[in-house]
Amino acid sequence: MTMEAATATLTAGNDRPVHSAPQGPIKIQARDVNVYYGDKHAIKHLDVDIPQHSVMAFIGPSGCGKSTFLRCINRMNDTIPICRVTGKIEIDRRDIYDPSLDVVQLRAHIGMVFQKPNPFPKSIYDNVAYGPKIHGLARTKSEIDAIVESSLRKAGLWEEVKDRLAESGTGLSGGQQQRLCIARAIAVSPDVILMDEPCSALDPIATAKVEELIDELKSNYTIIIVTHSMQQAARVSQRTAFFHLGTLVEEGPTDVIFSTPKDKRTNDYITGRFG
Amino acid sequence: MTDMSFQGPAPAVARQATESADIFKKRIQQRYRAETRFKWYGIIAISFSIAFIALLFVSIFATGLPAFTQHFLVMDVPLKAESIDPSGKRELKELASADYFGVAGEALRDKFPEVTNRRDRTRLVQLLSNGAADPLRAKVLGEPGSIGSTAKLGLPLSANADIYFKGGVTGIDKIAGRGVLTPSGTTGDISLTSSSNEFSSRLVVIKRDIAERARQLRREADRIESSGATAAQVQQLREEARVLQGRFDAVSGAEALDDRMPSMLVAVNGGIIKLTRIDNATATGEVLRPLSSASEARPGSWEVLTLTTPESNRKVTDKEVVWLEALKSQGQIERRFNWGFFTAGDSREPELAGIRGAITGSFLMLIVTLALCVPIGVMAAIYLEEFAPKNWITDIIEVNINNLAAVPSIVFGLLGLAVFLNFFNMPRSAPFVGGLVMALLVLPTIIIAARAAIKAVPPSIREGALGVGASHQQAVFHHVLPLAMPGIMTGTIIGMAHALGETAPLLMIGMIAFIVDVPTSFTDAATVLPVQIYLWSDLPELAFKAKTAAAIIVLLVFLFVMNGMAIYLRKRFERRW
Repeated sequence: MTMEAATATLTAGNDRPVHSAPQGPIKIQARDVNVYYGDKHAIKHLDVDIPQHSVMAFIGPSGCGKSTFLRCINRMNDTIPICRVTGKIEIDRRDIYDPSLDVVQLRAHIGMVFQKPNPFPKSIYDNVAYGPKIHGLARTKSEIDAIVESSLRKAGLWEEVKDRLAESGTGLSGGQQQRLCIARAIAVSPDVILMDEPCSALDPIATAKVEELIDELKSNYTIIIVTHSMQQAARVSQRTAFFHLGTLVEEGPTDVIFSTPKDKRTNDYITGRFG
Repeated sequence: MTDMSFQGPAPAVARQATESADIFKKRIQQRYRAETRFKWYGIIAISFSIAFIALLFVSIFATGLPAFTQHFLVMDVPLKAESIDPSGKRELKELASADYFGVAGEALRDKFPEVTNRRDRTRLVQLLSNGAADPLRAKVLGEPGSIGSTAKLGLPLSANADIYFKGGVTGIDKIAGRGVLTPSGTTGDISLTSSSNEFSSRLVVIKRDIAERARQLRREADRIESSGATAAQVQQLREEARVLQGRFDAVSGAEALDDRMPSMLVAVNGGIIKLTRIDNATATGEVLRPLSSASEARPGSWEVLTLTTPESNRKVTDKEVVWLEALKSQGQIERRFNWGFFTAGDSREPELAGIRGAITGSFLMLIVTLALCVPIGVMAAIYLEEFAPKNWITDIIEVNINNLAAVPSIVFGLLGLAVFLNFFNMPRSAPFVGGLVMALLVLPTIIIAARAAIKAVPPSIREGALGVGASHQQAVFHHVLPLAMPGIMTGTIIGMAHALGETAPLLMIGMIAFIVDVPTSFTDAATVLPVQIYLWSDLPELAFKAKTAAAIIVLLVFLFVMNGMAIYLRKRFERRW
């Protein structure tokens, strides 16, 4: 079965409003994903296609399951003992819940940026160099130096910190810390970057910088961002998915979702009637 | 409600509102009073605890500090060849086994030629510690060429002499003579006649004491009479009482001094007389140190010394006091820091007893404990906190670790006795076994502290590490553990301090023996600091009381240093994220 055909079949089987299918190659494909926290059914029968080298935004009220789904993509939910995932999530057509797959390798290919900046309480240099070191991406000091510099450059932080790489990462401002975390994620050269409300702890100026960065990064990486700010979703993403009560209500090109949502719940949410 | 008192239109409403405002005000006052009261409860509680701690410290330091110094007799000792090396071969082996104490004793005896009585000569020599031989031996063995010459050496005094100089034996009241004193001789039993009533105040005290004893005897006689004693017994008591009463009534009758009364010494013309019988202005006594002449002594040139503790109640006799004072007046007594306390092992002689053996024992034991506890405890904590599945088995383990931390320490001692000594036949009294038992005792504390420290590392750090593709183990060892380290170290140090101060379990495995030698290996018989304190506290010699307190001070210093280290590490390596 070809990808298009599969998408068509599954989408047809769903009562979700149909938007135009994503253009270009599909990076991540989720089919009938269910997540349970103990007895709680946190995500219900979720299907989504995420195109390569683009930004996908997940929006929705708190507790709707968007972060949960995000954490399924790099199997971060494995660390929660009561969490159970069924269904299929494929990255580059490879099932990431395949028992033969090494979860550590998987996470090395999927960078993650968290809601609260969480640099390691080590030097700025070590924060970025840690990933490449443990994965053996670089052998010599100069190679690591090169990776650190290029990662910090990509994260737009190099100019600000190049003279104080030995200082603690926790001594940076909130926005710088978050960009340091992005640099740390980039340093292991992932394909996908997951961002879980990366700007919720930042002020508007730092937010603007991070958003600018996301825009630059999308040419090389597939980015999925969970956000509570609909303006942010509208600004940075090409496609948007709206979650509500554990179900993916509507998914499509961002401009369409925000201008002509087909589902009433989406419309209510983006116009601020609930959530 | 209060607003209404300003807005309320109707008088009834206004009155009601005023009432409620009053109630409100009252409630506020009550609340303030309660807060003040609570604050004072706290201040009182803290003051109490500070007062008790201060009391503890003052009493321990007052008792223990004198033990850190020791009095030495600095004396020229002739190193006579005939007593040290009679064969004249200068062989080290022979030199080492010579009777150095005899040499020191001879030198001391030569300083007091007037002491001829055999018993007194023995007592004189016993003012020196048995350890007085050590500096002599060291000198001779160090430079055998010094034999035949005279060496100026500091010889340790016996414990009793030492305590005497520290003021622990008796108080001495000195009263200058007011009249002209005429001694009847210079040696032997002599009489002293003063032109003034020098001794009347003491005589009054003695007479009053006699009257009291007479009264007691009469009361006793009445009591046994009514309880049916024979007439003869009653008569005897009455007779004794009558004699005593008679002595009291005779105002100027001379009275004998006995060893249950404070001793009176008269220092005159460079000699000292111990009074045995006193009257108002005259006294007879025994010369303890010969007078230079029997000439009259002018007022102020002689004095009466009263040793306030009766002779029968002290370890240092009047004669010994006189000898010691004579040595002191010649500037031959020196108070030095008692290095021996830190360099010697235990001893039956209090002045020679030191804590080196106990400190070494404690140290060896703590090494074993540390080597076992830290790896096992930290690994267990990491496993339980990070890797173990959360199920009923781990729940039971957790509960039991917490229970173990509360098990009385003596139980661990019993376990050590049964398992390590009886089953594995390990050596008794060995620091190694002590360390094993202490490891069992401290392990739960360390596991609990380490788990708490690991749990306190925010999950965001762990997630950050996992997010860049670190394995669980890498996340734990690269990120969680370094951050938990200060907490783990703090817990470890506090656990070690606990082990250092623990006594009970060691009693069970035989670390309570009297051990003179400083242990040199983990299997040597040894004791530890708190056990040493316990052993010393049990000994009857007065000098050990000070040693006990001094050892407690040393132990407290160690504990303070360890706790201080724990606080320092916590402050120094505490990280914020």
